[in-house]
Amino acid sequence: MLRYTLKRLASLVVSLAIASLVIFFVIEIAPGDPASLMLGINAQPDTLAALRAELGLDAPKWQRYLEWVGGMLVGDFGTSYQYRTPVAEMIADRLWVSLPLALYALTLSTLIAFPAGIYAAARRGRPGDVAVMGATQLGVAVPNFWFAMMLVLIFAINLRWFSAGGFVGWDKGLFAGLWSLTLPAIALALPQAAILARVMRSALLDVLDEDYMRTARAKGLTAGQALWRHGLRNALIPVLTILGLQFAFLLAGGIIIEQVFYLPGLGRLIFQSISARDLIVVESVTMLLVFAVIVVNFAVDLAYAAVDPRLRQRT
Amino acid sequence: MTRNLILGATLSSLVVLAALLSFVWTPFDHASLNIPAKLMPPNATNWLGTDQIGRDILSMVMVGARTSIAVAFVAVGIGIGLGVPLGLWAAAKKGGWTDEIIMRGNDLIFAFPSLVIAILITAIFGAGAINAIIAIGIFNIPVFARVTRGGALSLWEREFILAARVAGKGKAHISIEHVLPNIANLLIVQATIQFSLGILAEAALSYVGLGAQPPTPSWGRMLADAQTLVSLAPHMALVPGCAIIITVLGLNLLGDGLRDWFDPKLRVARV
Amino acid sequence: MTLLSIRQLGLSIGQKSILRDVSFDIGPGQIVAITGESGSGKSMTAFSIMGLLPKTAAAAGQILLNGIDVLSLPEAEMCNLRGDEIGMVFQEPMTALNPVHTIGRQVAETIRLHRSVTRAEANQIAAKTLERVGLPPDQFPPGRYPHELSGGQRQRVVIAMAIACQPRLLIADEPTTALDVTTQAKIIDLLRQLVREDGMGLLMITHDLALVAGLADRVVVMRTGEVIEQNSTTELLSNMRHPYTRMLFEASTHTVNLPAANTTRPLLEVQNVKRTYALPRTHLFAAARTFEAVRGVSFAIREGERLGLVGESGCGKSTLTRAILGLDAVKGGSILLNGEPVFSDGKPNLDVRRKMQVVFQDPYGSFNPRHTVSRLVTEPFHLLEDPPKGTDRKVIVAEILTAVGLSPGDANKYPHQFSGGQRQRIAIARALIIRPKLVIFDEAVSALDVSVRAQILDLIADLCRQYGLTYLFISHDLHVVRTVTDRVLVMQAGQIVEQGDTEKVLSDPQHSYTRALIDAAPRMPDLDAYRKDAAQ
Repeated sequence: MLRYTLKRLASLVVSLAIASLVIFFVIEIAPGDPASLMLGINAQPDTLAALRAELGLDAPKWQRYLEWVGGMLVGDFGTSYQYRTPVAEMIADRLWVSLPLALYALTLSTLIAFPAGIYAAARRGRPGDVAVMGATQLGVAVPNFWFAMMLVLIFAINLRWFSAGGFVGWDKGLFAGLWSLTLPAIALALPQAAILARVMRSALLDVLDEDYMRTARAKGLTAGQALWRHGLRNALIPVLTILGLQFAFLLAGGIIIEQVFYLPGLGRLIFQSISARDLIVVESVTMLLVFAVIVVNFAVDLAYAAVDPRLRQRT
Repeated sequence: MTRNLILGATLSSLVVLAALLSFVWTPFDHASLNIPAKLMPPNATNWLGTDQIGRDILSMVMVGARTSIAVAFVAVGIGIGLGVPLGLWAAAKKGGWTDEIIMRGNDLIFAFPSLVIAILITAIFGAGAINAIIAIGIFNIPVFARVTRGGALSLWEREFILAARVAGKGKAHISIEHVLPNIANLLIVQATIQFSLGILAEAALSYVGLGAQPPTPSWGRMLADAQTLVSLAPHMALVPGCAIIITVLGLNLLGDGLRDWFDPKLRVARV
Repeated sequence: MTLLSIRQLGLSIGQKSILRDVSFDIGPGQIVAITGESGSGKSMTAFSIMGLLPKTAAAAGQILLNGIDVLSLPEAEMCNLRGDEIGMVFQEPMTALNPVHTIGRQVAETIRLHRSVTRAEANQIAAKTLERVGLPPDQFPPGRYPHELSGGQRQRVVIAMAIACQPRLLIADEPTTALDVTTQAKIIDLLRQLVREDGMGLLMITHDLALVAGLADRVVVMRTGEVIEQNSTTELLSNMRHPYTRMLFEASTHTVNLPAANTTRPLLEVQNVKRTYALPRTHLFAAARTFEAVRGVSFAIREGERLGLVGESGCGKSTLTRAILGLDAVKGGSILLNGEPVFSDGKPNLDVRRKMQVVFQDPYGSFNPRHTVSRLVTEPFHLLEDPPKGTDRKVIVAEILTAVGLSPGDANKYPHQFSGGQRQRIAIARALIIRPKLVIFDEAVSALDVSVRAQILDLIADLCRQYGLTYLFISHDLHVVRTVTDRVLVMQAGQIVEQGDTEKVLSDPQHSYTRALIDAAPRMPDLDAYRKDAAQ
C-alpha cells in the first residue's frame, strides 16, 4: 500500500510540474503586454520599462517561472497587475464561494445518481429502468447554464423562493449561505447526476455478468442481496473515476454557472482578469484548478486501492 | 433497442436538415432587424417569435445550427485525426516508452479542466469559431486516443493479429489492415458522443461570448441575449435551449442505438 | 430413495429448444456424470436444477429433490435451497470468486445465510471447511484475497463455499477443465473424498470421457439437448448401445496412422535460449526484478521430424513458441532455421520467416472476421518476394482448401460461416499455403470437441503423407501428442526436463515430473477388456 501511494505521489508531482510549465508558457505566448495595457497606448517608454521592472516582467523567462512556482509552494501567488493586491487573497475570497458550490453540487449529484443508477440496474429492461434511463438521457442533453436560467425563471422570478442571483455571504449564517447556493448547485448537479447514474447502472450491469455474481446466487443469496453485497463494491471502481472527473468539472463548470447567478467565485475572477489582461491572476487561478484536479485524481487512485485489494499489491 | 436508433437518427437528421435548409431558405433574413416587432411571442408571422431587436428566432436558430454543427464536427475531426493514430501507435508499442509518453500526455490533458482551458485559449487568442474549434478539438484528442488504444490492445491479444505478424506484416501495416476496421464501430459510437459534447461546449463558449462572433448567429449567444429578458420573453430562452437539447439528445440516442446495434459490449468512454 | 430425480425436463429460451425430455436420477452418495460435446445441454441441465436460468428461459417437466419439485418452488425458497441443500462448483475458478472480499468471508457468507450462527462461529466453521478442502489456516489464512491464490487453490475455495453447509447434492460443472492436469487430479480426488465422507450425491458435468470412466458410478450421455444413452459406468463401458456413444469413446482414444518419419539434416536448432520478463519492483528504489520464463532451452528438429512439446501452463512453452516464430527477441542463446537466425539485428528475419508458419489454438480468434477465406489463407503471401497473382492465386487457394478438406467454393465465404473444426482447417490451409519447411501447431486441437479433434488429427496425418510435413506440436494433452509425434520434449518451469522418442518417454518416463504428468492424466480404460468381461 505504501509503495502504491508513493508511486502515485511521484506521478502527482511530475504532473504538477509539467502542468505548471504548460500554463506558464501558454500565458507567455499570449499577445498583449500587461504593462502597456495598464498604462495605455500613450505611455512613455521609460515609465513602461519602470513598470515592467516593478512587475518583474524584465527578468528571463526561466527565472520568472521559478519565482512563480517557488512562490506558489509557499502560498505566494504574486501580486495582481490590476488591483496591486496579493493574488492569494483574491483567490481565497473567491474560493469560499466556488469550493462550497462544487462540494454542494457533488453531494447532490451523488445523492441523486447512486440510488437512481442502482434502481435502474436492479430493474434492467423493466419500466422503472426505462423511465430512469429516459430521464438521464434528457439530463445529459440539457446545457447546465440554460437549466440554470430556467430555474431562475421558475423558482426566483415566478415563485420567489430564492433570489435570482448574488451570494449573501457566509457571515449571514450557514443556512442563508447554502440557501443562496442552492439553485446554482442544482443547476450544476442535475446534468452531472444524469451522467453518474448512467455510469453507475452500466458498471453494475457489467458486474452482474461476472462469474462471481453467479457464485453468489449459488450460495443462496437473492438477486438483490447479491447485487448489494457483491456487485456494488466492484461496480464502484469505474464510478469512482467518473466521480473524480466530476469534481474537476464541477469546480470549472461553476465558472459558467457563476456567470448566470452573478456569484463572486473563481469563474468571475478569471473572466474579469482575462478582460483586464491581469495574466498573473489568470495563471494562478488556472494552476489552482489544475492542482485541484490532479489532487482529486490522486485521491481517487487511493480510493481504488481501498476498494480493490488487487491494487494494493501490484504496481 | 432499435427504438433509440430510430429516434436518435430522426432527431439528428432533423437538425442537420434544418441547418442545410437555412443555406437556401429561412422564413426571414436572420440578421434583419424589425424593432417594432421586437420580443413578439410565437405567432403566425414569426412562428417562434422575435428577439429584443425584432429578429426572427426561427431563422436564427436554423442558421445557428450551422455554427453548432460545424464547430462540433471539425472538433471531432481533430480528435479523430490526431487521437486515433496516436492510440493505434500507443497500442502497437504497448509497454514501450512511446506508449508511456502518449498515455501520460493524455492523462495530462485530462488533468486540465477542459472548460477552463477552452476559455483560456479563446480569451487569450481571441474569441471566435476557429479558436473555439481548436479549444474543443484538443480535448477530443485524448478521448479518441484512449478509446482507440483500449480497443486496439484487446485486438493485439487476438490470434489473428499474431497470424499477421507471422505472415511478416509490420505493426503499422497490421494497425491499418486489421486493427482499424475492427475498432471502427467503437470509433463511430464515440464520435457521436463527442459530437454531442462538442455542441454543448460550443453553446457554453458562445454563451460567455467566446464562440462565434456576430453577425454569425449561435445558440449560446442567443441564450446570453435571452438571459436578462427571460421573465419578459421566455421563448427567447426556450427555443435555442430546446434546439440544443434536441440535437444533443438525438446524437446521444443515435450513439446508444448504434452501440446496441453493433455490439452492446463496446467499450465507450463516457464522461 | 433417490435424492434427485429429473423427470422429462424440457427447456427453451425464446423459440429455441435447449433441452428435451431429459430424465435421470441421482442417489445419496452416488456420482453421476453428464457428458457430451459442446451444445449438448449438459450445463443447462445443471443450471435448471439450481434454478439459475436466464429470465427468458421456460422449463417444463419435474426436478424432484427429496420429492419436492424445485421447478415449482418460489424464488425465496429456492434461495434457501441453494448453498444449503445444493452446492455448486463452476468451471472458471479464476473468475468465480469476488476479487474484493477475503476467501474466509466468502465461505462464511454461505454459512451465515443458512445457519443461525454468530459471525465468529461462522468464521470458525469457514476456517474448518477451508482446512477440509486442503487450505489449512497456517498456510492459507482466511484473510487472503482470491488474487493471492493459484487457480487450483481458488477452486478449493469455491468447493469450500459449496460444501460449507454440507449439502445433499453437489453439482460440479466442468470443475477441472480450466486447470492443469496435475492440479486436476488433486481436485478430483478432493471431490471424491468429500462425497464419500458426507454421503453427498455428486452431479459431475464434464466432456472428459476418461475422467467419467474413472470417477462416475453412472453416466448420462447427452447430445443437442437430449439424453442419448444412460447406464451404470461398468455397463456402459462394456456395452454401448447408441452409435453416438461409441463414436465419442472411439474419438477420444483416437489414434492416427502417421507415416514413418523420413528425417534428414537438422532444420531448426534452438541453442540455450533464455527469455526473461521484467517484474514490478518491490518498492520504488528496489533493483529491477525479472522472471525467467525460458531458462536455457536447447533442442533441434530435423527435416521430416514431428516433434511434440508438452508442459503445463506457465512452463514457458508459449514464450518459447513466440521466440521461435521470431515474434519476440530472446535474451540469450540462438534460434537457427536452416542455419540462419530467425531474429537478427533486433529485427525478425523475413527470409527465415517464410519457411515457418503456425496454427493457433482458438478457432474463433485466429481470423479477422471481416476478411474472406481467400484473403485469410493468402495472408502469408506477404512474405514472398513475388507472390502469385490473378488466376495462379485462385488455383493455389483452391488447391490448398481441397487439401484440408474444404471446397474451393469456400474461398469467398467469411469465417463466421464455418464451424470450429472447419475454421481449424482454414487455419491449417493458411499455414501450409506457402509450403513452409516448419509448421508449429500451438495447442491446435485443444479447443475442439473430441469428434472434431479426431478429424483434425486425421487431417494432419494425411497432410504428412501428402507433403511430408515437419512440425512442432505443442500440447498439454499427452494422448494427442503420443499419436501425432515421433519425438517429445517435456518442459517444466522454463526448462526441458526430458526428451526422447514419444513412445519411449510416455511408456517409460525417466524424470519424476514426466511421471507425475502421466500419472495425473485421467486414463481411458481398456474398452476391449470391459467387453470381454461382460461377455464372460
